[in-house]
Amino acid sequence: MRYVSALIALVAATAVQGARAIELKFAPPDFETEYAMPYLFTPAPAGSNTWWESLILFAALSLTTYMVFKARSRRGLFAISVFSLLFFGFYRKGCICPVGSTQNVMAAVFLPDVGVSWVVVSFFVMPLLFSLFFGRVFCASVCPLGAIQELVAIAPIRINPALERVLGLGKYMYLGLATLGVATGAGFLICRWDPFVGLYRMGHSYNMLIAGALMLLVGVFIARPYCRFLCPYGVLLGWMSRFSKFHLEIPPSPCVECRLCEDSCPYNAIDMPTPRHLVEDPAVGKKRTRLLVFLAPVFILLGAVGGYLFHEPLSHIHPTVSLSERIAKEDRGIIKGEVYLESDTFRKESKTAATLHAEALAVTEKFKTGSALFGAFLALIISIKLIELSVVKKRTIFEPHKETCFSCGRCYPYCPVEEGA
Amino acid sequence: MSERKKLDRRDFMRGAAAVAFTGATWAAVGEKTETKYWQLDPAKCTQCGRCTTHCVLTPSAVKCLNQFDICGYCDLCFGYLQPGSRNLDTGAENQLCPTAAIERKYIEAPYYEYKIHEDKCIGCAKCVKACLVFGNGSFYLQIRQDICINCNECSIAKSCPSDCFSEVPESNPYMFLTGDTHLAHPPA
Repeated sequence: MRYVSALIALVAATAVQGARAIELKFAPPDFETEYAMPYLFTPAPAGSNTWWESLILFAALSLTTYMVFKARSRRGLFAISVFSLLFFGFYRKGCICPVGSTQNVMAAVFLPDVGVSWVVVSFFVMPLLFSLFFGRVFCASVCPLGAIQELVAIAPIRINPALERVLGLGKYMYLGLATLGVATGAGFLICRWDPFVGLYRMGHSYNMLIAGALMLLVGVFIARPYCRFLCPYGVLLGWMSRFSKFHLEIPPSPCVECRLCEDSCPYNAIDMPTPRHLVEDPAVGKKRTRLLVFLAPVFILLGAVGGYLFHEPLSHIHPTVSLSERIAKEDRGIIKGEVYLESDTFRKESKTAATLHAEALAVTEKFKTGSALFGAFLALIISIKLIELSVVKKRTIFEPHKETCFSCGRCYPYCPVEEGA
Repeated sequence: MSERKKLDRRDFMRGAAAVAFTGATWAAVGEKTETKYWQLDPAKCTQCGRCTTHCVLTPSAVKCLNQFDICGYCDLCFGYLQPGSRNLDTGAENQLCPTAAIERKYIEAPYYEYKIHEDKCIGCAKCVKACLVFGNGSFYLQIRQDICINCNECSIAKSCPSDCFSEVPESNPYMFLTGDTHLAHPPA
């Protein structure tokens, strides 16, 4: 009797399940008692990225704007930083943050079947819009990554501006790399290499936790290393901020050139009055700038070629490419004896090595164009920076550099000029 | 006067830029705005055990569930009992689960119900593997959506060797091994 019912159940089960039928070795029995099968416990998602989080982001941005422009209070900004660290960092576990949302938006733009929720879009757009009107108020005290670094920057030293400029290219490289990662389907590199998110979630790979701890340790002396040298979203914010309508001003009324603020900024973001030795014959400057402008296309072309040459190593950020290489090496006997879960799993699957290599080749093909564009982008940035350096603007007062200033308000207490004085 | 006009034009440009930028972002993503949640496909899972260690949460948000309608209710449950255990009873030394998260309940001879206490489960997939070897495979891993914090890039997904993680819509946040999920939700 049992076997008959089992058979019936088996047939019934196969009929119901259709496409995803599985073979039951033991059909569920017909119980003779009153037994009823329990229900599976499948709770609904714990609503992440809800609309009120966008509202809080908006409120935090507005409050920061008020602190920067109206209250002019470093203490107020510090307090908001603590809030952001607790709320956006520890409570929301640092996810999703506007920095990471860049990738979601890029994925929705580049990849046909990937969507993004409007909360994430608002997280991406809001800080940029604020930046377009008020400067980088998001960096000042709303960003959870910035907040933790701002809080640990206890004894900041100033580093050489030339070194600052060179290291600052890192963030453009990171932005390019992250875009490349998204466009080729390699993954979200900004999230993968986020140094602080592990701390907020109290768990991550040890490597990233150590990287985060090191960055915080460095950050005690070299304030905000991530923001200045790595943050890819900071690039976009900087571009927006450059055209900002309002921006933090060190003296609220005319600068008296007391030089007190000169050393207050640990970020090299205060532009000083042009030193006398830099004032040159305009003809010389014009000639040099013109040369740089004419050389820029050559430079960009070289960058594209350079990027193209690097497409092979760059493509290894894509898991398919690295697995394909690993399998090829194992097959040729270059690597043997080690247990490697990825290749073990691959060998248990029905996919052949040839298919994998073909897939990897298709990905590498994408990297050819991507890497060339990446190289061209970097060369473009370097050209623009060089042209910028070549043009010596005459400046007579101390003012914040609109692109690099984080609006942190560290210079406020140093300025003796009061409103209306 | 001319200074004033110039500023107005700049403001206009800025406003236009803001609207254009927001509009472009919105248009680029506009039609695909559902929030997605990570889930793993049990049909692709190879029980490698990385779900235990690679989740940013401790213990992992990946838990084993027992889909009762395909469970064979075996007396000799390979997912429950340690292979080669001396006695086939509920003694701790006989249990395969390292955290004793599976509860065995007698129903009628020779059937037992196996219920998983998900608060104890660490997502190691030992029982999943064992159940597949001999049983129906009713034990399998799923992300418990109320525990998962839905990271932007799932740490397990990126380290999964068999590529079984994907993002699923909020309306259907689980991937059952069979399409027949009448036991998945408690009756209203």
